[in-house]
Amino acid sequence: MTLLAVERIKLFSTRSPWWCMLLALGSTIGITAIIAANWDGAPMPVLGAVFSYTFGLFVIMVMAALAVTTEYRFGTIKSTFQAVPDRVSPMIAKAVVVMLLSGLVGLAAAFGSWGLSWVLADDNSDLALTTANDWRHVAGIGLVFAAGALLALGIGALVRHTAGAVSIILVFALVVENVVALIPNIGDDIQKWMPFTVVNKFIFGDPDPSAIPEGAGPPAIGELSPWGSFAYFAGIALAIYIISLVVVKRRDA
Amino acid sequence: MIEATGLTKHYGRTVAVDDLSFTVEAGRVTGFLGPNGAGKSTTMRMILGLDRPTRGRVTVDGQDYQSLHKPLRTVGALLDAKWVHPNRSARAHLQWLARSNQIPDKRVDEVLEMVGLTQVAKRRAGGFSLGMSQRLGIAGALLGDPKVLMFDEPVNGLDPEGILWIRQFMHRLADDGRTVFVSSHLLSEMAQTAQDLIVIGRGRLISQTSTAQFIKDATEDTVRVRSPQLERLRELLDGRARIADAAASDGALVVHGVEPAFIGELAAANGITLHELSPQLGSLEEAFMQLTKESVEYHAASD
Repeated sequence: MTLLAVERIKLFSTRSPWWCMLLALGSTIGITAIIAANWDGAPMPVLGAVFSYTFGLFVIMVMAALAVTTEYRFGTIKSTFQAVPDRVSPMIAKAVVVMLLSGLVGLAAAFGSWGLSWVLADDNSDLALTTANDWRHVAGIGLVFAAGALLALGIGALVRHTAGAVSIILVFALVVENVVALIPNIGDDIQKWMPFTVVNKFIFGDPDPSAIPEGAGPPAIGELSPWGSFAYFAGIALAIYIISLVVVKRRDA
Repeated sequence: MIEATGLTKHYGRTVAVDDLSFTVEAGRVTGFLGPNGAGKSTTMRMILGLDRPTRGRVTVDGQDYQSLHKPLRTVGALLDAKWVHPNRSARAHLQWLARSNQIPDKRVDEVLEMVGLTQVAKRRAGGFSLGMSQRLGIAGALLGDPKVLMFDEPVNGLDPEGILWIRQFMHRLADDGRTVFVSSHLLSEMAQTAQDLIVIGRGRLISQTSTAQFIKDATEDTVRVRSPQLERLRELLDGRARIADAAASDGALVVHGVEPAFIGELAAANGITLHELSPQLGSLEEAFMQLTKESVEYHAASD
């Protein structure tokens, strides 16, 4: 418990997490506002209100990576390990605090986007959250943000450099996952197992048929069910995070 | 008490610390002396469990650092004053450290007061001068009221006032019965601070003795003699002492390896008049250079 308080003090006593949280909320909700304000002619579906969640996800992953890379950058990781020499428990405490915070920001971004769409859309008759799938489209974003933060923490702890960690995350998510589809013959098969592609299906997949026209809406590719897709993404995040714990434990600080 | 036995650290093919064994006693200031790159910081990091020894072991109060319970209450260390997040306030920095070892918040205010940073506790540490950063680092080391304190080059870059303050502070800590282990690459600094010395070069132990003994051993007896019968004295001394040089201008002999008393008695026995017989104290830096010259990692290229 005390270690959770330690990580909370560390996170909130510097400015960058605050900026990242604001930016994550602002980018997600702001872009949704533009979409909602321009939604004409048809009732706005729930999926339309959460379409921009990835913007916030990347910003929150940067925040999570920073939470560990700045410790390496400024040498406070050495004080951390000096204070708690087993190394693993402060890293777990950091993960718990950062994931909780990221999850809350994810929920705020999701429900903020959804609420603003309700206000701005011409026709919000389809926006009501009536089914389990509707709730998953919105509330699921909190889970994705938390899992994404865990993945970013793992990458940050492995790479130790802010620029390196952020580049890896953004280049992978924004470039690599799209470019692999261009590989002849096997590209599509690889792409549908890429983590950020798969987790899209958790948010966008299997919408209620009544809520959206056949074939419309954002792509949701992959072999797994929506919840299976989330388990896959979270599993990858957890695996990389555990590898980072092993490395941090063995490496010279 | 800190005890190292056979401590060895390799970084790839570089041997940073090589079979180092030493003991740091409580109640004294022990200097850890060696040229830059000798392995002082690496050794200190191994004491704190930050770097893993390739071989050997080091214990604090008989325990591995890893097995210490709430280690900040046993060992306080300042290895690098810059290990602070620049946008975090001095107080917040100490607060998270204190919380991690369940040290009460009021201790944070106490140590800030002790090092004289109370006025600037809310300012961001990135704006601190080097002297203030060092004080903040020392405050962090003192948080847990530890029995063992380690400082790595604490006076580097400080003004004379800051140096004096740290020196007196370390003496007070040792007088309380604490173990104080402080590194430096300057013997002249250590001569004024430390009672015991552990001297290393290229990762190996060169000597572990009291500072006074180290200086005595390292500086040869040198005596300067002036006499109207200098040539006769030179003949008498020949074979018993090394005669460095008779500076022609002022007619003096510089004699190594014998006590002044020996020359005085020799002169009296042979009826030689002496105009000057003065012991010359060797410079500390010369002594240090002499001891470590084999083991300096980076020589100046012009030699």
